[in-house]
Amino acid sequence: MTVRKNQASLTADEKRRFVAAVIELKRSGRYDDFVRTHNAFIMSDTDDSERTGHRSPSFLPWHRRFLLDFEQALQSVDSSVALPYWDWSADRTVRAALWAPDFLGGTGRSSDGRVTDGPFAAAGGNWPVNVRVDGRTYLRRSLGTSVRELPSRAEVDSVLSMATYDMAPWNSASDGFRNHLEGWRGVNLHNRVHVWVGGQMATGVSPNDPVFWLHHAFIDKLWARWQRRHPEAAYVPGGGTPDVVDLDETMKPWNDVRPADLLDHTRFYTFDTLEA
Amino acid sequence: MPELTRRRALTAAAALAAAAGVQTLVAPGASAAGHSHEGSLEPFDEVYKGRRIQGRPAGTGDMDAMAGMDGMAGMGGHHHGHGTGYAVFVDGVELHVMRNADGSWISVVSHYDPVATPRAAARAAVDELQGAALLPFPAN
Repeated sequence: MTVRKNQASLTADEKRRFVAAVIELKRSGRYDDFVRTHNAFIMSDTDDSERTGHRSPSFLPWHRRFLLDFEQALQSVDSSVALPYWDWSADRTVRAALWAPDFLGGTGRSSDGRVTDGPFAAAGGNWPVNVRVDGRTYLRRSLGTSVRELPSRAEVDSVLSMATYDMAPWNSASDGFRNHLEGWRGVNLHNRVHVWVGGQMATGVSPNDPVFWLHHAFIDKLWARWQRRHPEAAYVPGGGTPDVVDLDETMKPWNDVRPADLLDHTRFYTFDTLEA
Repeated sequence: MPELTRRRALTAAAALAAAAGVQTLVAPGASAAGHSHEGSLEPFDEVYKGRRIQGRPAGTGDMDAMAGMDGMAGMGGHHHGHGTGYAVFVDGVELHVMRNADGSWISVVSHYDPVATPRAAARAAVDELQGAALLPFPAN
């Protein structure tokens, strides 16, 4: 069984294996398919029409399945690898070990945002940015520039305390847990982290930065924590909602998996720890 | 190669639009279409940090007023079918923008950080691009 660990507790060997598997997916061309899929959903998910991957109740199960696909791809390269998660409410500065040269590398230089150290720096030749919205082919970041602070534990806690999974109109205007976690409303958790990292992470092609997976693995863990805290609360809507994925409706692009199939993460992986 | 053909067409359309000038682009019909929406959906055309940014309502049935830009919008095969109803260009290349339910805007290069108007989204895109060329979408 796959165990997803806090990135801060990974051994040097675990970091090395994770990085090597990610780079092998990039080399083989499989990585960029994930970037392409994500951007296609970013551009087509809208508040007033069909929405699946984002700004909708299925934001959480969609990304859970998307991460499972990516993790399985990693495991086809190295079966020992699992997705780590980044608890940005705890490891909240540019000095976190996450950004060290033996893992993801650090922030970009001020002139052009180019990441200059670590295994994903353009100079290493292993990380061409191919699926992109502008002409630049190098990984960029600007940690903590567009927004100063990552969300705090208290802010995370305030969102975990919301007892309703999601609410009509089931989009970026909704009240409830999902939209506050996604960040279109309220203290802003998930969206703010994308903005804090900057570079490609602030765009529709955000999976170009490997930290995308560690960020979403933590968002996914927060969903699991929310379920543990609110065992009586359920995924909604339960049926008959236009443009929105109901509990028992299949999700694009897979078309063979429903939110109902993804509510229990322990069918697929566990976490190193799971506090409520 | 279709991509090259489209690039050439975009360049030609941009040149035409530039030659026609702002007065032609912001034709009375286009303004009327803008006013028919609430709030921020009026056309704009300015040079921001050395780059030309333009925006106009799309899919309003008032295409003839801005022939040059219509050419650009039509060439890509993209339809604003998700209800954005507005097209934004940076140096003649269309920037994918989206309107949120609360009326704020985002673009594909600044997707997680809503701003108040399409013009603000265009300016945020220019800031983000740091001089780099925008690629026609969908990127691949």
